[in-house]
Amino acid sequence: MTNFLQLCFAGLALGALYALVALGFVVIYKSTGVINFAQGGLVILGAYLTYNAHHTWGLPFYLAVPVAMAICALVGAATERVVLRRMVGQPPFAVIMVTIGLLFILEQAVTSIWGFNQLDLGDPWGIKKVTVGGLNLAQKDLWTIVLAAAALAAFFVFFRYSRMGVAMRATAFDQEAAVAQGISARRVFAVSWAIAAAVATIAGVMLAAGGGGLHSDLDIIALLAFPAIILGGLDSPGGAIVGGIIIGITQNLTAGYQGTGANHYLGFLGGGFSSVMPYVVMIVILMVRPYGLFGTREVRRI
Amino acid sequence: MGAMRQADTIATGEGTTLLGVTGLEVVYSDVILVLRGVSLAVPPGSIVALLGANGAGKTTLLRAVTGLLPLHRGRITKGHVTLDGRPVAGRDPAEMVRAGLSQVMEGRRIFAELTVEDNLRAGGYVVRSRAGLREAYERVMGLFPILAERRGQVAGYLSGGEQQMLSMGRALMPSPRLLLLDEPSLGLAPIIVEQIAKIIKEINAQGTAILLVEQNATMALSIADYGYVLEHGRVVKDAPAPELLADRDIQEFYLGVGEAGRRSYRDVKTYRRRKRWTA
Ligand SMILES: Nc1ncnc2c1ncn2[C@@H]1O[C@H](COP(=O)(O)OP(=O)(O)OP(=O)(O)O)[C@@H](O)[C@H]1O
Ligand SMILES: [Mg+2]
Repeated sequence: MTNFLQLCFAGLALGALYALVALGFVVIYKSTGVINFAQGGLVILGAYLTYNAHHTWGLPFYLAVPVAMAICALVGAATERVVLRRMVGQPPFAVIMVTIGLLFILEQAVTSIWGFNQLDLGDPWGIKKVTVGGLNLAQKDLWTIVLAAAALAAFFVFFRYSRMGVAMRATAFDQEAAVAQGISARRVFAVSWAIAAAVATIAGVMLAAGGGGLHSDLDIIALLAFPAIILGGLDSPGGAIVGGIIIGITQNLTAGYQGTGANHYLGFLGGGFSSVMPYVVMIVILMVRPYGLFGTREVRRI
Repeated sequence: MGAMRQADTIATGEGTTLLGVTGLEVVYSDVILVLRGVSLAVPPGSIVALLGANGAGKTTLLRAVTGLLPLHRGRITKGHVTLDGRPVAGRDPAEMVRAGLSQVMEGRRIFAELTVEDNLRAGGYVVRSRAGLREAYERVMGLFPILAERRGQVAGYLSGGEQQMLSMGRALMPSPRLLLLDEPSLGLAPIIVEQIAKIIKEINAQGTAILLVEQNATMALSIADYGYVLEHGRVVKDAPAPELLADRDIQEFYLGVGEAGRRSYRDVKTYRRRKRWTA
């Protein structure tokens, strides 16, 4: 039981990372209709920017993260303005190819600037464990969950109550009607990209800090988060979070019980099954609910 | 005719015209000519009705005025749109809202997933002062008490009449000087239409000019000061509302008086002429 709960807890931390990445996807998709495969690129960019702010500029870690978030948000908004705005009205396939191209460009840019070698982002919370009610919990996981929860809560307060949040929801529902109210769709698009980039930065930092190591392959997280988005429903921010957590926990439980040894009830799956587990869950849920758990049946777009 | 008269005052800058449209030509996708030289004027504080059958170009005219044409791959190829005598054609929709022009789109187009309150907040997007928002909100609640009752509800669950009211309330949030209404009576029961007509009059009495696009000519002309009849992208008749209401051709085509089955106002006219000759 202890083992099970510990696995769930670590899975929750992993799920929180997926949720952050998935939220970025959903925010962009909902307001602009773009499926942004470059999300992983923003994850690594944010992490490297944090490294730069912390090690090169000498900012303390707790300042380096928000500074990196801000810069990454600017890069995200600029990408929207310079590249994707020109793609409005183009076939979805072309737009997707553009975002995939952006992903490769971001990957390359990161290695051009910071090199190929794995860097050390530092270990702000140590590899310590805390014991709560007989459970051994990694401090890093705790921090991941707390920071992700704070970021997600901040997003939802913004999305629900702020003037811009209302404008974003209105634009997502009916772009022309929103524009007719005097809402600037352009600003909504830019803000969506900025938000996606900012939450991606947090995900990147949590991945790389505390022993994870900083390298340009971290963007794989975005591919693993993809099932979370599809699972939650492509246009549902709440769904992105629930989807992320389901995938994270399932994946971690599979990882814990697969392979060989005592209590490895899933030994028959072999050793590497956990990495495809997100896709298995996604396929099963989509067979039952084709629009995801919280997705809208039909996403209206004009 | 009246259109020319009113259009002239725009051109010379004389008189007071809130919204002026002169010789407006609009083309969709560079090939589909929809407005073929439309002129009309909305004086401040007035209600002007714009009548016309399906496809006459009424909605297109509103899009040209509010800056929504580009979203439909439409373009003004000739003519002017003026607000307070200053040319505004080609401005973007947000600028038009800030300049005091607000619209209720055809089909209401409320944000069905948002609450009533959030719909109104979206309507007040351009209003930067809290006091201004508060005031507009109170005014809307006064005009539409039903919205006050439903303010926490998701707008998609409102009835058709309530949705129309929400759409109007949303458009009033920027406290416009001119409100454009595109077929507010569409799909509503007669008693609700009456109610909407009363509210339009009330909004007007509070000082907002109104350009009312309608197929329900009886309703529109009963509250309007002046009316234009649009057909195939041209103004074919314009006159003070009581005059139009009394016009036999209008009666026959729009008010369902006389023989049915006439396809257009022009058909009615020529048909009656023929009838006169053959009689
Ligand atoms: N985006 C568009 N592209 C091409 N043609 C269009 C477009 N929008 C409208 N039209 C055409 O322009 C003409 C006028 O349309 P419009 O919607 O302005 O008419 P309307 O008077 O508002 O009609 P209704 O009473 O049915 O709303 C129609 O023939 C329509 O098919
Ligand atoms: Mg129309």
